[in-house]
Amino acid sequence: MGVTEPLARARPRGPDSPFADRYQAWLRSMILIRRFEEKAGEAYSLGQIGGFCHLYIGQEAVAVGTLAALRPDDYVVSAYREHGQALARGMTSRAVMAELYGKATGCSHGKGGSMHLFDASLHFMGGHGIVGGQIPLGAGFAFAARYRGTDQVSLTYMGEAAANIGSFHETLNIASLWKLPAVFVIENNGYGMGTALKRAAAITELYQRAAGYAMPGVEVDGQDVVAVKQATDAAVARAREGAGPSLLEIRTFRYVGHSMSDAASGTYRSKEELDASRQRDPIVLLETRMRELGMLDDAGVQQIEAAVAAEIADAVKFAEESPEPEPEQLWADVYAPEQA
Amino acid sequence: MATQTYRDALNAALREEMQRDDNVFLMGEEVAEYDGAYKVSRGLLKEFGPRRVIDTPISELGFTGIGVGAAMVGLRPVIEMMTMNFALLAIDQIVNGAAKVRYMSGGQIGCPLVFRGPGGAALQLGAQHSQAFESWYAHIPGLKVVMPATPADAKGLLKSAIRDDNPVIFIEGEMLYNQKGEVPDGEFIVPLGKADVKRPGKDVTIICHSKTVAPALNAAKSLADEGIDAEVIDLRTIRPLDEEAILASVAKTNRVVVAEEGWGFAGVGAQVVDLIQREAFDDLDAPVIRVHQADVPMPYNKHLEKAAKADATKIGAAVHQVCYRG
Repeated sequence: MGVTEPLARARPRGPDSPFADRYQAWLRSMILIRRFEEKAGEAYSLGQIGGFCHLYIGQEAVAVGTLAALRPDDYVVSAYREHGQALARGMTSRAVMAELYGKATGCSHGKGGSMHLFDASLHFMGGHGIVGGQIPLGAGFAFAARYRGTDQVSLTYMGEAAANIGSFHETLNIASLWKLPAVFVIENNGYGMGTALKRAAAITELYQRAAGYAMPGVEVDGQDVVAVKQATDAAVARAREGAGPSLLEIRTFRYVGHSMSDAASGTYRSKEELDASRQRDPIVLLETRMRELGMLDDAGVQQIEAAVAAEIADAVKFAEESPEPEPEQLWADVYAPEQA
Repeated sequence: MATQTYRDALNAALREEMQRDDNVFLMGEEVAEYDGAYKVSRGLLKEFGPRRVIDTPISELGFTGIGVGAAMVGLRPVIEMMTMNFALLAIDQIVNGAAKVRYMSGGQIGCPLVFRGPGGAALQLGAQHSQAFESWYAHIPGLKVVMPATPADAKGLLKSAIRDDNPVIFIEGEMLYNQKGEVPDGEFIVPLGKADVKRPGKDVTIICHSKTVAPALNAAKSLADEGIDAEVIDLRTIRPLDEEAILASVAKTNRVVVAEEGWGFAGVGAQVVDLIQREAFDDLDAPVIRVHQADVPMPYNKHLEKAAKADATKIGAAVHQVCYRG
C-alpha cells in the first residue's frame, strides 16, 4: 500500500458537513499540541522543566489521527515522546504542564515527569523511557481485554528505532500468534536520536516486517490526519472483531531535535532536509483542506489560536502556582498500601 | 497435616488460588501441555483450560512484559520462568516496568504479579544454569523477593505472593522440588516479610534462606553433638527483610553466621551483616562470618562444583570460627 494522498478520500463540503466538527476538533487538538510543545521548550530553556524533554512538534497528526479512532475504554501506551498523545487522549494541558514542572498537581503527581505521563482514568498507561519497553505492555493490555471477554483494543506507540529491539519482535510474534486485539504504531520520524533509519535497519520499509508476523502492515502518511485516522480505523476494527493485531508504519517528521540538547539540524541532518520536511506540515495541510471545503476562514483560525493560547497560558500559570509534592511523597507509592 | 513434596505444595497453591480468583492465570514456557518443565503446573491445564494456563514461545522478555501489562490493568498473572537464569532476558520488564509503574504513575497503576521459577544451582549444570540472583531483585525498591525452603512455606508463601498487590519475585529451587515435608491442610497462608526460626538455639545464630536452610539444619545437628546450640533463622522473604527477627536472635546468641547460595560480593548476606553491625553492634561477641558460593562462575566438574558451593561443612566451620572453637 502506498502513501495515501493528502486527505485523498475525504470529500465533505461546507461548515454544516458532518465532518466539519470533527475536522475542527482535530485542527484544534493539533494546534494545541504544537503551541503546548513550543511553550514547554521555552520553559525548559528557562530551567522550569528538568530532566529529558522530547518534543512532538511536526508529528501532531499521528497522535490526533490515531487517537480519534479509539474508544474511551481502549488502552493507550507510549514511549517518552508522548506529550502530544497525552493531550490528544484528553489529559488537560494543566495536568501535563504541571507534570513537566514536577508539581503535585501533575498527572503523575510530579513523580513521573516528561517521560512518564499517566492517567489511569483515560486508560493512558504511560510514557515509558526504555526504548521498546512499552511494546509488550501494550500486548498485555490487549491480553487482559481478551481474557476478560471485552472488546477493548490496545494501541501501542513506538518510534521507528524501537523496531530494531528484541521486545518488538517477541511481542509482535506473540500478539499475532494469540490474535490479540492490539494495534502497533511505529511513528517513523526518520531518526532514532541522531541515527537515520537507513543506518539502523536492514529494511527501511518497516511496515514490511509485519509479514514476518502474519499481520497486516500498512504504510501511512503521518502528515495527513485523515489518512492516519482512516488507517487506524481499519486496524482497530480488525482488532476489535478478533482478527488480530496490525502494524502501522506512520511516516512523519520531527521539526526539533531528539531532545532539548540537540539542534534541529546541522549535525546528523541538514537544514535542507528539515526545510523540505516542513513543506508538508500536518496543521497547514488540514487547515488548507478545511478552507477549500469552506469549513474554515481566517477568523476561525484566529479563534482557535486565541483559545489555545489562553488554555496554555492558564496551564503555565497553574503549573507555576501549583505546590511541590509534599516531602513524604518521596516514600509514597513504592509499594501498594498494606492489604487488609 | 499431610506429607507433600515442595513441587506438589506449589501446585496446590496455584490450584487453590486459581479456583479462588478468576483473575489469576499461569503463563510460561511448557507450563500447559508439557505440564511444566519441573511439573509444578501438573494437571492445571486440564482443570483450568488454555485460557488460564498458557504456553508461550521462548520469548522471556515478551511474555513477561505481557504479564506486566495484564497486571497493570488488574489481572493477577503468575509468570513462570523455566529457571531464573533465563529471567535475565526479562529483567528489563521487571525492573523498569513492574517495579516502577506504581511510583512513576503517582500511585495510579499497580502491578500485582508473581514472577516465579527455580533459582540457584542444581547438579553439574554448568556456569549459565547455576546462578542465584536474589540479591539482584532484592536491590530494587518496588519488588518483593520470596524464597521458600520447605513444602509448607512453599505453599503458604506462594498463596500470599499471588494475593499481594505488588510484584513478587518468587524463587524456588530445582533441588527443592522433590523435598518432602508436612503441609497443613486447608487454607494455609504464610505472610510475606516474616522469617521463621527453623531451629531454636542459644549459642549462635545461622541466618539462611532457600537451599542453605537444610545444610544449616544439618550443621546445627552436628554442632549439637559438640555442645554448640545453634539457632537457625530462615529468612523466607529477602525483601522486605524481617529485621526484627534477625535482631532478636542476635540479641540472644551474640554470634552470627550468614549463609547463602549465591556469590558473596554485594550478596544478601552483605545486607544482613550491614543491619547487624548497625543495629546490634554491642550484642556481638565476634565478627559475623559469611558463607556463600566461591567467587567464580560455577564449574561443571562435580568436585570443583562441590568446592564452590556453600554446604553444611562450611557452615559448621564458620560457626566454629564465630564461637572461637577449633
